[in-house]
Amino acid sequence: MQRRTFLKGGLATGAVAVAVGAGLLTPQTVLAAWPKAAFEAKGDAAMKALFGTTATTASGDIKIKAPDIAENGAVVPVSVTTSIGSIESISLFASSNPSPLAASFNLGATAEGFVSTRIKVRKTGKVNAIVKAGGKMYSASKDVKVTIGGCGG
Amino acid sequence: MAKGIRIRAKTKGGVTTVKALMSHPMHTGLRKNKKTGKKIPAHFIQEVNCEHNGNAVMTALWGPAVSKNPYLSFKFKGGAKGDSIKVSWVDNKGQSATQESKIR
Repeated sequence: MQRRTFLKGGLATGAVAVAVGAGLLTPQTVLAAWPKAAFEAKGDAAMKALFGTTATTASGDIKIKAPDIAENGAVVPVSVTTSIGSIESISLFASSNPSPLAASFNLGATAEGFVSTRIKVRKTGKVNAIVKAGGKMYSASKDVKVTIGGCGG
Repeated sequence: MAKGIRIRAKTKGGVTTVKALMSHPMHTGLRKNKKTGKKIPAHFIQEVNCEHNGNAVMTALWGPAVSKNPYLSFKFKGGAKGDSIKVSWVDNKGQSATQESKIR
């Protein structure tokens, strides 16, 4: 009996994960709810949890402005500029962080393809920008060397 | 904690650039307090909303990986001198702050 309840519970959570994975719960529809799973996921799972897919197209129309060498990983200024039309969101991933997803910006109809912020980067690695436009995903990345990590004390 | 938000909004050639600086510790929940050895609980901004004359322009969803005292900048089409820009945030402890400013 216990095994049965356990299985049931597993199925229920599995169904939710599938719903998120299938993109049924897009960021737009759950604006009010912060995507906890995406922010806590590790590696590629973060992208999957946020967008429901990891399939992206590398695009030359996305420019990431970030320092080549960041002396202090706690404050790494990152700017993303893109000329892609009908943008829905711009998301920043620091691939070396414990949870890669740093920030996701949902842009309204009037917003230009530009965001700038400062993020923490644990160690040398890639900073990825994923632009979602017209239901498609475009990506660009930049290597950032970090001399002092941004997540320790 | 909510000391407010500093906003600069400028319009040039039909495009308005908004810069905002928030005051927040942005604890990741991974760091330890050096004296007690205990982990500092996570405390960070989760959602930032920006409005231009009451219309949502951008919503930022943030994780703990955003640096402390976060800086944010974005651009949008339209906007004229004197229009109102409202920026508000909510953190994982339910605290929030709202600040309104005018485009210069």
